[in-house]
Amino acid sequence: MISSLTAEKLACVRGDKKLFDGLNFRVTAGQALAVEGANGAGKTSLLRLIAGFLAPAAGRLIVKDAQGESDDAEERGKSVGWLGHQDGLKPQLTVLEQLNFFAHLYGKTADGALLDQIGLARQADLPCRYLSAGQRRRLALARLLASARPLWLLDEPFAALDTSGQALVGQLMARHCGAGGIIIAATHEPLGLGNESLKL
Amino acid sequence: MNFLFRYANPHEFMRLSGAVLPFTAVATMLCLAVGLYLGFSVPPDYQQGTTIALLFIHVPADVVAELAYGAIAVCSLLSLVWRHPLADTAARAAAPFGALFTALGLVTGSLWGKPMWGTYWVWDARLTSFLLLLFLYLGYMALWNAIEDETRAARAAAILALVGVVNIPIIKFSVDWWSTLHQGESIVSGKVAPVYLWPLLIMMLGYVLLFLTLWMVRIRTAILERRARNLMQAN
Amino acid sequence: MSPFVTLLLRDIRLAARSGGSAALALSFFALVATLVPLGVGADLHLLARVAGGILWVAAVLAALLSLDRLFQGDFEDGSLDVIALSPLPLELTALAKITAHWLSTGLPLTLLSPLLALLFNLPPQPTLILFVSLLIGTPAVSAVGAIGASLTLSLKRGGLILPLIILPLLAPAVIFGAGAVSLALDRLGAASALGLLAAFAFAAVLLSPFAAAASVRLNLGG
Repeated sequence: MISSLTAEKLACVRGDKKLFDGLNFRVTAGQALAVEGANGAGKTSLLRLIAGFLAPAAGRLIVKDAQGESDDAEERGKSVGWLGHQDGLKPQLTVLEQLNFFAHLYGKTADGALLDQIGLARQADLPCRYLSAGQRRRLALARLLASARPLWLLDEPFAALDTSGQALVGQLMARHCGAGGIIIAATHEPLGLGNESLKL
Repeated sequence: MNFLFRYANPHEFMRLSGAVLPFTAVATMLCLAVGLYLGFSVPPDYQQGTTIALLFIHVPADVVAELAYGAIAVCSLLSLVWRHPLADTAARAAAPFGALFTALGLVTGSLWGKPMWGTYWVWDARLTSFLLLLFLYLGYMALWNAIEDETRAARAAAILALVGVVNIPIIKFSVDWWSTLHQGESIVSGKVAPVYLWPLLIMMLGYVLLFLTLWMVRIRTAILERRARNLMQAN
Repeated sequence: MSPFVTLLLRDIRLAARSGGSAALALSFFALVATLVPLGVGADLHLLARVAGGILWVAAVLAALLSLDRLFQGDFEDGSLDVIALSPLPLELTALAKITAHWLSTGLPLTLLSPLLALLFNLPPQPTLILFVSLLIGTPAVSAVGAIGASLTLSLKRGGLILPLIILPLLAPAVIFGAGAVSLALDRLGAASALGLLAAFAFAAVLLSPFAAAASVRLNLGG
């Protein structure tokens, strides 16, 4: 459980380009932050920075939780639930196998009920190569839920989903914040969570 | 360590190398001239005849071949652990020369061995180890060239260089073991008669100075190239 | 199920399902073993002498075939991001993948080797030594191979550079492994050679995960 994530004077350089500089924001438990900006403005880079994949060119990211404050990137990564714009699904594995893999990898027990939640219960034994784009996205969401991490980093959470899928995402996000989680999402569309916005 | 970082600034490096370069260049030429003269005027070896002169071209090449890889390893460590900014440039610049000196060592070693062995290549342990070293250099340079992002290429190459430097003693040991297994004792003895010692040492110094001179020039060129690129991008 | 075993089983399952990388490696191994006598002639005495070296080199090359995909598959579809953020340290992730690669490639090659040794007229005792040497040595091939795979995982045609990087590093394994067979063929003790091979393999398996993890981290930040 994270009580807050603070960015201080964050700067990011990719290749020879400076994407952003002097970035400050703060998100507390139960809050969501929408990161907006044109393509290539650095939304994904910011998410990768928070996840700990990238090191900032300047500035700090401070996580405050029950144990105190820390700006260690690896530690922060262990609190992150990641939903990138790629699905991370193997075509040869079935839906259930894929979900179980991620659940066990994250040290959680596999929960078949999750498939019901995201509407893929009937496809449990279908290899992932036969899923539609929307179904793949839903499975990725199930993976996110299974990992039970407090800080959700979402890259275009509504992409590739139909209206019912998007409604589902909205529900899951609201529930996550309601339970005290934090969401930071790069998005072109409004999150609908009464959230703050950050423009890059 | 602080001394190294004083020259981490490309500006400082250009200044220092610019001052030092004329001296190393002259010293290189002197050493090589004196060494070659002495080397070619030594009495012929009773066993090897006049081809002993190749000793003075071959052995120093081998020395620099290993030295260069060591230099790359040190630069790689500086790059990965201490983030020394010039270290990547320096490491990359040293590689082609290391490869060239290794190849020179192989060719001269082969020519030197021909009168003794009757053929150009007998899989002698020392030369075989250097052949493997040549491949290590080629792999290192290939990795630098293959990865497009320069920062990523630099760090990947640094990891490879460190893995390589740890492996080199193991490779040498295994090749020596292999050689005694299949061919009995090594053919080329390591003893050098005193009259050959001075020319050898002077040539070694000359080669090392040659490497350092060429290395510095190449680093300077790389720095200047980057400056030119930055200027062009700015418009 | 522990995270390590989870990843290990998944990778084995993937290898088994994606057109059998084991079958590919085994076929390559057998093909090379067939081509060499075609190249050097069927002098049984000569073939027995070169069996150790040829089969060792062929096994290394066969194991190389699937190495470039070791991390690349997960990198390309975004799985590696999720795996890297799991509780499993990246070093153990690398070790799990190395183990899975060995189980799906190195081990099958080792099991096929006595049959191929037959084609080379290798007597029983040296064949046993060949088997043991491959059993001990192929883990080193997977381990050192993982370093090359992680360094080149972002390259589209990294498959060409991978052998160049790791084959020199594997020279000791080939030397000790094939050397053991040679010694056995000459009725000399192969124990020293096998011991050296075991030491090399042990060091490789112990240390490679660190280098591989460092390279993966490097590429994830790219």
